Amino acid sequence: MKDKIARKFADLKSAGRKGFIAYICAGDPSVARTKQLILEFEKVGVDVVELGVPFSDPIADGVVNQRAAERALRNHVSLADVISLIQDVRKKSEIPIVLFTYVNPVLKYGVKAFCRDLATAGGDGALTLDYPPEESGEYKKLMDAHGLATIGLVAPTTPDERLERILDFCSGFVYYVSRTGVTGVRKDVDQSVSGMVKKIKSLTKKPVAVGFGISNPQQARTVAGVADAVVVGSAIVQKIEQSGSSNKMVDEVSRFTGELVAAVKRVRLRSGR
Amino acid sequence: MKNSCRTTPTRRVPDKAGHFGIYGGKYVPEVLMAALAELEGAYLKAKKDPAFQKELKYYLKEYAGRPTALYFAERFTESLKGAKVYLKREDLCHTGAHKINNTIGQVLLARKMGKQRVIAETGAGQHGVAAATAAALFGLSCEVYMGTEDMERQALNVFRMRLLGAKVTPVDAGSRTLKDAINEAMRDWSTNVRTTAYVLGSVLGPHPYPMIIRDFQRIIGREARRQILAKEKRLPDLLLACVGGGSNSIGLFYEFLSDKGVRMVGVEAGGLGIETGKHAARFATGSLGVLHGTYTHVLQDSHGQILPTHSVSAGLDYPSIGPEHSYLHELGRVQYTSVTDSEALEAFRRLAELEGIIPALESAHAVAYAMKVVPKMNKKDIVIICMSGRGDKDVQEASKLIGGEQSVAGGGSESEG
Repeated sequence: MKDKIARKFADLKSAGRKGFIAYICAGDPSVARTKQLILEFEKVGVDVVELGVPFSDPIADGVVNQRAAERALRNHVSLADVISLIQDVRKKSEIPIVLFTYVNPVLKYGVKAFCRDLATAGGDGALTLDYPPEESGEYKKLMDAHGLATIGLVAPTTPDERLERILDFCSGFVYYVSRTGVTGVRKDVDQSVSGMVKKIKSLTKKPVAVGFGISNPQQARTVAGVADAVVVGSAIVQKIEQSGSSNKMVDEVSRFTGELVAAVKRVRLRSGR
Repeated sequence: MKNSCRTTPTRRVPDKAGHFGIYGGKYVPEVLMAALAELEGAYLKAKKDPAFQKELKYYLKEYAGRPTALYFAERFTESLKGAKVYLKREDLCHTGAHKINNTIGQVLLARKMGKQRVIAETGAGQHGVAAATAAALFGLSCEVYMGTEDMERQALNVFRMRLLGAKVTPVDAGSRTLKDAINEAMRDWSTNVRTTAYVLGSVLGPHPYPMIIRDFQRIIGREARRQILAKEKRLPDLLLACVGGGSNSIGLFYEFLSDKGVRMVGVEAGGLGIETGKHAARFATGSLGVLHGTYTHVLQDSHGQILPTHSVSAGLDYPSIGPEHSYLHELGRVQYTSVTDSEALEAFRRLAELEGIIPALESAHAVAYAMKVVPKMNKKDIVIICMSGRGDKDVQEASKLIGGEQSVAGGGSESEG
């Protein structure tokens, strides 16, 4: 439910802390491992989990996430499997979970059924990458009706006249894509992030998360200096890939994620000092 | 021939948001939305700009060699004992296919938008060659994405693109064909969107591409309509074209859409046969979905994952179809069918033998369907086939499949060897 996301951001604000959002692809390397990772992520302080729905043609993703989707698809992980995974996690944890998905699996599942089943399973929202507000009127209504957050993307190329429309569409939080391009591990943080985040914050009270390319504690800290939350994806996915099917995978990935969380949590809101 | 058209589509589509009925649209990540708007703005301006239109016309005539001939295929006609068959000779365009009509237009637009670099995807290599050619002509840098399987099938075109100064980047992901090349080109465009124009090759992708590319290809039908009226003093009864993404077919069909007596058939790649699942016939077994930014018929599984396709012709080997074709299919204005790899290969050989014209394997699909339908037609009927490209690029691949001097029907009997 989007209330849960709102409560999470409200709690962070009153504690003077920044949020950490971890992305992983569901079913990479297996659905059981994904469940373990989510539960461990909660223990190391991850605030929101962004759960990738594997898709055969992920045009917004770099090679790391593409390979993760391929691994998951080799296990035949479908959107239905991802929704039941959330239901399963809910037996043990209430950590906010939003789906990160391409539109085609959602359309095939049926938009109505998707919203209903995601809400029933205990999901909190979705970021549907290639479903801009112009095309997703019906989806938006249904997501709202089920209390699910519709997370929208703002890009460095988003013109002012579109920005307000996207901010209207967004609920839960706004996702600012820190650079042009696809997901992936990058060496530096784009200079324009701070200016764009300030602009967004001047137009909305909704929390702003920043992602795409953030891969180490220094970058996470830099971004946490301006945003309400930091999203890390490919760097974690890369760690999963490196650890493979080893039994230590969950420990190694959680430890790595914990270090990134710690870097973000060291950044305090000015009002919190 | 009875005309089965229920509704005549008008020139209203696409609407402002890029929809052809329920099809089309802009299903792309946010980072590309501004670039699509920029492209649309530049195009709508250029469309009304006499200087742009004059320049486009100049290059199409002086450089690409337009107008192309509408050739009466006399021996082919005699052999089929049915309707008169004309070939719209897009294979005679510079670079050997209709693709140049679009790339000259789009590269001129890129120049207008101040982009220094163009990127393109290619399947058969024809669009890649046409994009590299237009980029060379106007002095822009060019990078072409191509699946590694297609690079193997179309090695000659890879060399041609490199000769033209383009960088050819292999794509080794997924099915390693056109679909994956488009994925990679879209990723490049997302990254370099401020400096780079994406020259898409067919009436696919997000709005405004299906509209722009259709408009640049309309010249095929505009010429054909004028030419047939001059030669026969009447309109044709049937138009045939192969349909991959669907640019040569929409190019031929578009000017005839309001001519109620003109029937049109688009021929998809039937691969090894629809029942084998190894094909690219979207209207045969596809369902509605989104691929590469547009809502249309897509070959996908029950979970919305895009399915691998198969065709002997790299240019038709693609899991979705241009949204305007879905619209024309729904209206019943255009019929769609498919022929198999072996039927296309047989047509490839027949046209070469009878007319001295080696069609591209893509265009051979339309020829193959003509071989089925023309014998059933009246001698007074007139058929136009879009000869979308020449088959020189395919001879190596075809020689492997046909087996040198062996006939297709003979199929290389080992026992006699």
